[in-house]
Order: sequence, then C-alpha cells, then structure tokens
Amino acid sequence: MLPDLQVADLSRWQFALTAMYHFLFVPLTLGLSMILVITEGAYVMTRKEVWKRITKFWGTLFGINFALGVATGITMEFQFGMNWSYYSQYVGDVFGAPLAIEGLMAFFLEATFVGLMFFGWDKLSRPAHWMVTCLVAIGTNFSALWILIANGWMQFPVGSEFNPDTMRMELTNFMDVMFNPVAQAKFVHTVSAGYVTAAVFVLGISSWYMLKRRHLGLARRSMVVASSFGLLSAFSVVVLGDESGYTLTDNQKMKLAALEAMWETEPAPAPLTLIGIPDQGARETHFEIQAPALLGLIATRSLDREVAGIIPLVEKAEERIRLGILAYGALQRIQANPVDATARAEFDQHKGHLGFALLLKRYVENPATADDDLIRKAAWDTVPSVPMAFFTFRVMAGLGFAMILLFALGFYFINLKRKPPDWFLRVALFAMPLPWIAIQCGWVLAETGRQPWIIDSVLPTFMGVSSLTASQIIITMVGFTLLYGALAVIEVKLMLKAIKAGPGTRIFADPDERLPAAPVAPALDA
Amino acid sequence: MELPLDYETLKVIWWALVGVLLIGFAVSDGYDLGTATLLPFIAKTDRERRLVINSIGATWEGHQVWFITGGGALFAAWPFAYAISFSGFYLAMFVVLAALILRPVGFKYRSKVEDPRWRNSWDWALFVGGVVPALIFGVALGNVLQGVPFTIDGTLRATYDGGLVGLLNPFGLLAGLLSVAMLVMHGATYLGTKIEHGAVLDRATIIGRWAALAVIVFYGIAGIWLAAGIAGFRLESAMDPAGPANPLRKAVVMAPGAWLDNYGRHPWMTLAPLLGFAGASLAWARLGEKPGLAMLGSGLSITGIIASVGASMFPFLLPSSKNPSVSLTVWDSSSSHLTLFIMLIATAIFLPLILFYTSWVIKVLWGRVTTDDVNTPGHY
Ligand code: HDD
Ligand code: HEM
Ligand code: HEM
Repeated sequence: MLPDLQVADLSRWQFALTAMYHFLFVPLTLGLSMILVITEGAYVMTRKEVWKRITKFWGTLFGINFALGVATGITMEFQFGMNWSYYSQYVGDVFGAPLAIEGLMAFFLEATFVGLMFFGWDKLSRPAHWMVTCLVAIGTNFSALWILIANGWMQFPVGSEFNPDTMRMELTNFMDVMFNPVAQAKFVHTVSAGYVTAAVFVLGISSWYMLKRRHLGLARRSMVVASSFGLLSAFSVVVLGDESGYTLTDNQKMKLAALEAMWETEPAPAPLTLIGIPDQGARETHFEIQAPALLGLIATRSLDREVAGIIPLVEKAEERIRLGILAYGALQRIQANPVDATARAEFDQHKGHLGFALLLKRYVENPATADDDLIRKAAWDTVPSVPMAFFTFRVMAGLGFAMILLFALGFYFINLKRKPPDWFLRVALFAMPLPWIAIQCGWVLAETGRQPWIIDSVLPTFMGVSSLTASQIIITMVGFTLLYGALAVIEVKLMLKAIKAGPGTRIFADPDERLPAAPVAPALDA
Repeated sequence: MELPLDYETLKVIWWALVGVLLIGFAVSDGYDLGTATLLPFIAKTDRERRLVINSIGATWEGHQVWFITGGGALFAAWPFAYAISFSGFYLAMFVVLAALILRPVGFKYRSKVEDPRWRNSWDWALFVGGVVPALIFGVALGNVLQGVPFTIDGTLRATYDGGLVGLLNPFGLLAGLLSVAMLVMHGATYLGTKIEHGAVLDRATIIGRWAALAVIVFYGIAGIWLAAGIAGFRLESAMDPAGPANPLRKAVVMAPGAWLDNYGRHPWMTLAPLLGFAGASLAWARLGEKPGLAMLGSGLSITGIIASVGASMFPFLLPSSKNPSVSLTVWDSSSSHLTLFIMLIATAIFLPLILFYTSWVIKVLWGRVTTDDVNTPGHY
C-alpha cells in the first residue's frame, strides 16, 4: 500500500503548526529559567529583598509561559505515533531512545521541582530554594539536549543501519547518536537562541517600566542582568550559528546549497550571495549581489575546498536512486526467501542507497519499474524549497547581528551611563518580537531544508505517515487550532495584565484578602 | 558486541517496565485525575475549590511525567505498539490530549483573575481534564482486550478500520466506568490524607466509598464477561522468543476464555486480580477513619487491576481482531537487542534518582492543606 499524499501534506502542516506553536513558549522557558537562577543567586548572595521580588516577578511570568510550554509539549510527544506511525516504527529503535531518556532525565526533573519552586518559598531555606530553581533550569536545558539529539539524528542519521528482517533502521552505536556533531551544533545554537529570547523579553519589559517611570529599582537591576546575559548569548548564537552552518558543509550539502541558492559548484573559494531572488523553476538566482570567497571561507574554513552546488548534487542523487533500486530488488528477494544468501550480499552492498529508491514510491508502487524520466524527476525532488531556505536564513542571521547591537547598546547605557535614553527604551520595547521571528525562521530553515526527507537520505517524508483519512487529520487540525488559539489569547492577556499590574500586586502574590492591592514595599520601587 | 543480558530476558523486562510506568502513572497522576473529577462536586465555594486545587497544585506536574515518559518508553522499547496504537486510536488520543492540555493552564491561570465566571469555567475545565482521560484510558484498554481492527502488509505498514464511535461498545464502556471509579476512589483517599477535616473532606469520603464499591462491582462483572463472553487470543504456532521483531511470522487464533489461559498455567498470577479486589475493599472499609490505610488499599487495587490486564494478555501487547496472526506480541514487536539494553541502563540510573527526589519533594510538602494556607502567597 502506498501512503496518501494528501494525508502526508496535512500531516506536515499539522506538525509544523503544533511544533512552531510549542516553540513560541520553549525558548522563553529555556532563557527565563537561567535568568531566575541569576537573580535568585543574587538574592542568596546579597540577601537583599529586592532580588527576591525580582525573582518572584519574573518567576510568575515564567509560570504563565511554562504552563503553555507543557500543554503544547504533551501533543508533541504523542504526535509521532498518531500522525507519523510508519516513521515511528521505521526509526523508533533509534529515535525513541533519546525521547524516552528526555522524559527520564529532564522532564521528571523540571516538572517535579517546578511545583516546589512556586510553593516552596516558605518551606525551604534560601540556598535550598535556589538549588530547586537551578534544578528546574538544568531540567529544561537537558530536555533541549535530548530532543535535539533526536532531531539531529533525523538530519544526519549516524550510528544505525537497516535490518531487512525487521524492515526498519536499527541502532548500531549509541555513542555516535549521542555525540552526533549535527546534534551538538544544534543544541548549543538553539539553547543560546532561547537565552537571547528571554533576555530581549526582560529587557523590553524593563524598558517599558522605565518609560513609565514605574518600578525603577526592579527595572534597572533586571536590565543589568538582561543586557549582560543577552550580550553573551547573542554572541554565542551567532558564533554557534556559524558552527551549525559548518556542520552542514559535510553532512547536509543540499541544505547548504539551498540556503545559499547556489545552483552550480563554484570554483573554490566560493562567493557568498548576500542578496538575490532565487527562482526555483528557472534554476537560477536573479539580481545576485555576491561577496567573493566568503562562502568558501565560512563553509569549509579553507581556500581550496569546493562547496557543492544544487545541480551537481541532483546528478549524484540520480546515481544513488539507481543503486537504491538494486537494494530494493534485493530486499524483495530477501522477503520472499529470508535465507537467500546472494540477495543478502547484494543488499548489503547497496543498502546505504535504499532510501533513494523509496523516493520513487511517490510515483510507482515498485521502484524497479521506474524509467529514466521518473528517476530524473525523483532526483529533482531532493531539492528543498530554495527561496524558503534562502530568505529564512537571511532574516535569522540579520536579526542575530541586530540583537548583538541591541544588547551592546543596552549594556553600554545601563552599566556605563547608568541611564538609558528614552529612544533606546522604545527601541528595546519594540524589539521584543524579533527573537521569536529569528527562531521560527531558524526552524523553518532547518526543517523545510531537510525535505523531501523525514530522515535524511533514509526515509522520504511522504512515506512516514499513518494510514489515516484526510478528514481525521482535518478534525484534529481544526481542534488544535481552536484550542491553541484560545489559549494563546488567554495567555497574552494574562501576561499583559500581570505586567501592567506590576511586581508586588495581587497577581504576583496570588489573590489574598489580607494583602493590600498596592505594592507591598513601595520604598524598594523608588 | 556481546551483551550481558539475552534478548528474550530483555523483552520480558521491558514488558514489565512499561507496566511499571503505566502503574506509576495511574497511581501518582491518579490522585490528580481523581481529585479533579471530584472538584465540582465536593467543593462549592471558591475557598473550598482552592483548598482542593492546592492539595494537588504542587505535585501534579511531576505525576504527569509518568504518562509522558510512559509514551517515550513505549516508543523506544515497543515501537510497533507505539505506532499502531496511537494512530489506530487517533481521534480518541486527540480527545485525551485536548483534555490534558487544559490541566497545566487550568491550574496556573484559574486564580489569577478574580471574576467568579472565569474561575468557575476553569474549574469545569479541570474536571474535564480529569474525567475524560480517566474514561478514555479505560475504554481503550477495554478495546485492546477485545482486539483492535488493524492489519499489516508486507512492508509492515499498518491499516485500520473503525473509528472513535466503534470504541464505545458495551465492554469498552464498562472498562471506562471501572477506570473512572478507580481514579475517583484514589483521588478521595488522597484528599483523605491531604486536606483539613471539614465539609469538603466529608463529601469526598462519601463519594470515595461509593466509588470503591463501584470498583469491586465493575471489576467483578468485567472478569466474568472476560471468562464467558469475550474471545481472547492464543498463539497457534511456536515462536522464537529471541526472534527478530517482525509480527508477520506466526499464527494466532481467537477463542472465548483464552484470556484466562495464563492463570491456569501460572496460578501465582491470580494474585493480581485478588489484589484488585482486596485493595478496593480495604479502601472502602477504611476511608474516613484510617486515611493512610485507605490510600494504600486504593494504590494496591490499581496496581492489581492493571497488572491483571497484563497477566491475562501476556505475551500479547496489541491483538488484532481483523487479522489475529499479525497481533503484536512481546516476542515480535520490540526494539532491537542493543536498544533494549541501553534503555535498561538509562532506566536503572534514572528511575531510582527520580524516586529519590520525588520522595524528598513529598517530604518538604508534607502535611494537610488548610483554607488558611490557601491565602498565603504562592498558592493557586
Ligand atoms: C530546544 C528545546 C525544545 C524542543 C526542540 C522541543 N521541546 Fe518540548 N519542551 C522543552 C524544550 C524543547 C522545554 C523547555 O523543556 C519545555 C518545558 C516547558 C516549556 O515551556 O518547554 C518543553 C515541554 C515539553 C513537554 C512537557 C514536559 C513536562 O511535562 O514537563 C513535552 C512532553 C515535550 N516538550 C515534548 C517535545 C517533543 C516531542 C518535541 C519534538 C518534536 C519537543 N518537545 C520540542
Ligand atoms: C520545536 C521546534 C521545531 C519547529 C518549530 C519545527 C518546525 C517544523 C516545520 C516547519 C516542519 C514542516 C516542514 C515541512 O513539512 O516542510 C516540521 C516537520 C517535522 N519536524 Fe520539526 N520542528 C521542530 C522540532 C522538531 C524536533 C525536535 C523534531 C524531532 C525530534 C522534529 C521532527 C519533525 C517531523 C517528524 C516533521 C514532519 C515531517 C517533515 O515534514 O519532515 N521537529 N517541523
Ligand atoms: C549570524 C547569525 C546566525 C547564523 C549564521 C545562523 C545559522 C543557522 C543555521 C545554518 C541553521 C540551520 C541548521 C540546520 O539546519 O541544521 C540555523 C538554525 C536555527 N537558528 Fe540560526 N543562525 C544565526 C542566528 C540565529 C538567531 C539570532 C536565532 C534566534 C534568536 C537563531 C535561531 C535558530 C534556530 C531556533 C534554528 C533551528 C534549530 C537548529 O537547526 O539549530 N539563529 N541557524
């Protein structure tokens, strides 16, 4: 049976929707948990009440955000089995392990201690409570590590091979999966991106208070933390983003060529296209402005190694499809007669190309029957959307540099000048959406740049779906959209309400008849 | 590489471990699901509601991770079962997820706004987040016992018939009601140890005792039905327990009463159903007087009931009613030898750690929640 292409498209939309939604909350959780560690650390060292109030203030916003991070994460965990069932059994042997370890090592930690973090202020000593906050932060960061090991394996499937008896990928070396260079690069880049997000968030809200001349004590101190932490993180996101690009050079050549819109292999060192308009139909880029040699330098860190272009990579894919057809034929003979030794030998020789034969299943039931035209067509399918990769990359990288500038200015004004001018405060306020834009661009680049593969060179995306009907997926997609939409409205309203009310008010101490509505200790706000 | 544990043993260990995670989920998050189900009925005023919500407010999140990790462990150790069950129960899973999503938000957002309409809506959302998963988990298990209508082709791609409505057959519904009664009983025993004495606790005790009776009755009916009415599954051909994970290489038949085969072969397994009855009886007898004992009874009852499903079905995991020979069993739907081994090491490291820090947190938060507590900062 062949999978239904409409079901595949709907499943992709559903995954994109739910994952991108999950990743609105995740980066803020990642970064704010670290900022809480810093501000509460300051409280433990200095014993100044103001730091405790700062921690509680950002902690409450953290909590509002965390709730939706958890809510949307639950969907993600089960979506692989629900919408991508063939994928789940095809790679579960490798891919399931990091997911399960994420639960054991990270989710238990963060979820068990997050309750104590909110409820434990009166029940724990100062250092013990700080330890709890640290454990929550460690938990969230570990969770990012393991999920990105899983995702990194989809981008660059190491440490595994296909087993013809079970018709699936099986683990051969766990250490290779764990220390996958793509996963490591992704982890550091993504986690720093989360830190940047939270730093911009804290900077923006503090700026708003300063503009309104409210809660200046809290705003000033928060700004010191946010601009220093943010500056470091913004540097690391750019440096480590470059590292992400470098791992693509060896491991995902097609994605690199796509994000550069580089159709032909250029003589080394290749030029970097700064701007242009890639045209997928004509297979060329219009209005290019190039910087000589820069791409070669960045991507290969050398002057003499070439960066492969799209057209030569397609030719290579065509060869691999032909070899894959041989592997597929041998696999069919093994299925008919599991002890056929010649078939097994032939399969072993070509099994690395099996996934390329599966690309043909988009058009024919049996890849062996494909003619040259179909093979060429399938080879061109290995090119992802070039404009998408090209533009998302440029938006993300551009914002990376913009945010370094933002934090550098913030750092200068708050630490050296001690008083940021109003124009800067306004800029910082309006910069708040930028990290989210960069992050969503990053994921769209990483995930659409991997197409047509769900597991690079192993399993095409359309093969991975469940045998569902389109209407079933439409029902859940509408359901999730309505539910998520409603929750988003509620969460933003609550956040704004909390921020407007300000620290020390009811919402932060939770409603309590015995607490005055006004700030508890106005003196600290001066 | 030669691994220190053979493949067959690892399969059995992982069968048991997924059971442990399931029981861990039912026993720990069962408090929260049961308490949320009770919420609108035992607590009338805002103060009462907050008393009940705060009794689980600090710990429910950690409990929920048993469910998430259970899903992850099923994925890692039994990829076929993960893939086929969740896609086969597609819409039912969606309803469970939608209900569970309401919980984190409900707990966090409810008390942040004063408006009684807002609070009341979230209280009902929490109720839905408790009762709906409890019901559907039971219904799903009831359907697994009758076989799920799926088949598998030569490329091991699964297809299925039947949708959400097909799940709501009489036996499935009975299992669903059993599950709700079980978790309501459990929630009531938890409140018995966790909130101050008073009207709320009295109401919870009354409902909890009725729920314990319902558990005994529903579980009894389900047992008789299983023995006399429902066709179980039986292996027809020999299987190599150390064989490759390919569910196409065996023959299976359906036969009435086959789900009781194991108890004849291994009489010690009857301990599980006995525990199911005895635990619920203890909860019924002691709730209201000896809350600790009642809670123990309820936990044992849940353990026994879930274990009895596993014991009846072994070695089947997910039987197929459409094409019984492609049913998933412990011997032919696991992960590879290496993956099972590595996951066992990971579990051996982390599970004891989890139990350790969870008990520390329980110790820190020890004691009954009172309406006065509810008014101190930090509470919901
Ligand atoms: C880079 C980080 C990252 C990425 C790529 C993902 N997540 Fe996530 N996830 C987190 C980082 C995170 C986080 C920071 O740990 C949480 C905790 C609360 C939050 O806001 O995000 C989270 C929560 C969270 C939860 C709830 C955990 C709990 O109860 O504490 C689940 C089950 C998942 N996620 C599962 C997934 C799956 C299956 C993903 C892949 C498709 C995924 N997440 C992508
Ligand atoms: C949370 C951050 C993430 C975001 C925002 C994100 C975004 C996306 C997007 C936009 C797509 C659609 C691509 C397309 O179909 O053209 C997609 C697909 C997918 N992603 Fe991600 N992704 C994220 C994390 C992950 C992780 C961590 C994994 C695995 C561990 C993963 C696995 C998948 C799968 C299985 C699909 C569906 C098949 C496919 O289209 O390739 N994603 N994601
Ligand atoms: C000059 C700056 C940057 C460069 C060179 C860069 C480079 C990259 C590259 C090459 C990828 C794709 C990796 C892959 O597909 O495997 C990527 C992904 C991503 N980027 Fe960036 N990036 C930069 C700035 C940023 C900024 C400022 C943010 C957000 C604050 C960000 C967030 C992300 C995210 C979330 C992903 C997806 C996860 C991943 O694949 O690592 N990046 N980046």
